[in-house]
Amino acid sequence: MSFADSKSRWVSVPAVHVILVVAALYSLLPLVWLVTSATKSLGDFSTTGAFSFGEWNLWTNVKTLFTQENGIFWSWLLNSVLYAGGGAVLGSLICAACGYAIAKTSFPGRRLLFALTLTGVLVPTTVLALPMYLLASELRIVDTFWAVFIPLLTNPFGVYLARVYADASVPDEVLEAARVDGAGQLRTFFTVALPMMRPGVVTVLLFQFIGIWNNFFLPLVLLTNPKLFPVSLGLFQWSTRQTQFPQYTPLVITGSLLAVLPLVLAFLVLNRQWRKGLAAGSVK
Amino acid sequence: MSVLAPERAPVLDEPSAAPAVRTRKKDFAGLVLAAPFLVLLVSTVLVPVLYALYLSLFTERLQGLGFSGPENVFIWLGNYLSVITDKAFHAGLGNVALFAFIHIPSMLIGSLVLALLLDSGVVRLRQMWSLAVFVPYAVPVVIGGLIWAYLYSPTIGPIKNLLGIDPLSDSAVLPSIANIATWQWVGYNMIIFYTALQAVPKEIVEAARADGAGGFRTAWSIKIPVIRPTIFVAVVFTVIGSLQVFTEPMVLRGFTGTVTSTWSPSMYVYEAAFVAGDNGRAAAASVLLAVICAVLSAVVMRFSTRRSSR
Repeated sequence: MSFADSKSRWVSVPAVHVILVVAALYSLLPLVWLVTSATKSLGDFSTTGAFSFGEWNLWTNVKTLFTQENGIFWSWLLNSVLYAGGGAVLGSLICAACGYAIAKTSFPGRRLLFALTLTGVLVPTTVLALPMYLLASELRIVDTFWAVFIPLLTNPFGVYLARVYADASVPDEVLEAARVDGAGQLRTFFTVALPMMRPGVVTVLLFQFIGIWNNFFLPLVLLTNPKLFPVSLGLFQWSTRQTQFPQYTPLVITGSLLAVLPLVLAFLVLNRQWRKGLAAGSVK
Repeated sequence: MSVLAPERAPVLDEPSAAPAVRTRKKDFAGLVLAAPFLVLLVSTVLVPVLYALYLSLFTERLQGLGFSGPENVFIWLGNYLSVITDKAFHAGLGNVALFAFIHIPSMLIGSLVLALLLDSGVVRLRQMWSLAVFVPYAVPVVIGGLIWAYLYSPTIGPIKNLLGIDPLSDSAVLPSIANIATWQWVGYNMIIFYTALQAVPKEIVEAARADGAGGFRTAWSIKIPVIRPTIFVAVVFTVIGSLQVFTEPMVLRGFTGTVTSTWSPSMYVYEAAFVAGDNGRAAAASVLLAVICAVLSAVVMRFSTRRSSR
């Protein structure tokens, strides 16, 4: 980058930074609002400035949040962690195996599978929701953990990415060497190829985690038992009640803050990992 | 679908780049590795899609005196006809069209400008700026929607006082929804574009400078053309995402009456299936939506290959 630093003063530096400051404020101010608001009591919303602190009420809000409806917020957080954490770990492993198989082995039908995978990327959730609900009712798994968990494992775009990573990071010579050493194909994948694909797989994992944590349509359709809700569906349900019961407002706001924090932290901590993965795939 | 940054372009598009290792003709270990995903793809994508097509051709009707309960009746394209002639569906399509018209240019131009600025070399603390703009992507859509809904709300939020207009009023609610989506996606696409810009050969940029091209000129005539495939892929994904918009308007519905229950086509499908209980109509609407998505993304991709082969 030093090259660029010395050469390219092409726009006035202050103007550039003004644009960046505006963009950063636009991105961050809503989150600042979330932090200040989570510390307020219901009364303070109308009497204090949006971005200033009122009377420090955070602990009361958190306590009410976790005791509301017998501490159901705990279940929501735990569910989200199970859906997103379990789904991302298992899902990215499945993607890695399939992407590797398409890129580096020659099983019959892999071209067809890859074509189907690319088509799968473009199928809208809207199309899948109703038939999935009906199929789940047939199988009597509506309103169970699995009804949400299994569909969210499917990540066609992850397979596409894994294929790119396998192509780019696993040299054929290494596989050949493993084969000569007598390692079977499956063992080669787990002990040789998978570690080489690791940065890419971590990227798939992270984005699948976000995808599942964000998913709203499927849980909304497939779950009615609040005990099984992921946190965003639970907060959504509370938010629909607040016109009649304003006391839900501080709960929704404080709950939102607690649901956002782990994700933002994960992105900051894993900053280098996912950037490297995106760069390695150079893909959206 | 070429989603690769320019420098890696030859890597793939067809799985035919066969590695030399393939000695054994029938490679069943590969099938074993691919099997879990294959099962998922068939059971959670393929079968539901076919089922949706099947459902869209039937409707439930009471037969005879209705004592035997409703029966499924094959009605050809009747469901499609009733969706296509439904004013609520038209209104939904109009809303997402307008939503896309606001959201796509503002988000993509914003993220492209930011990526070019970060790439220009005059910016200090590049990491910090890009992380700041990226953070909203890590916020779940429901929660992003809730935060903005509170900010828009006349009793709690500051925006009404700031702008002098009610962001949840009938005329302003659509741009307000588009803003939520733009806020969430600007940083993500900025990172994608910035990553792609790293692949622009430094020598070309340097040569252009030596020829006296200014920064805008370099960005416009060299950098943007090189990352055009990446931009088009971003356009396709954003078009598809815009057509399917669901969560943001659903969340705002809890705050204002101006968002109807069939505000977007996805909400129309939800309403038909889970409120009205009309599975045939819901399936037909969802198939239509998928077809529109497919056609539009094909058009954008076609446009992109024609432009870049010139």
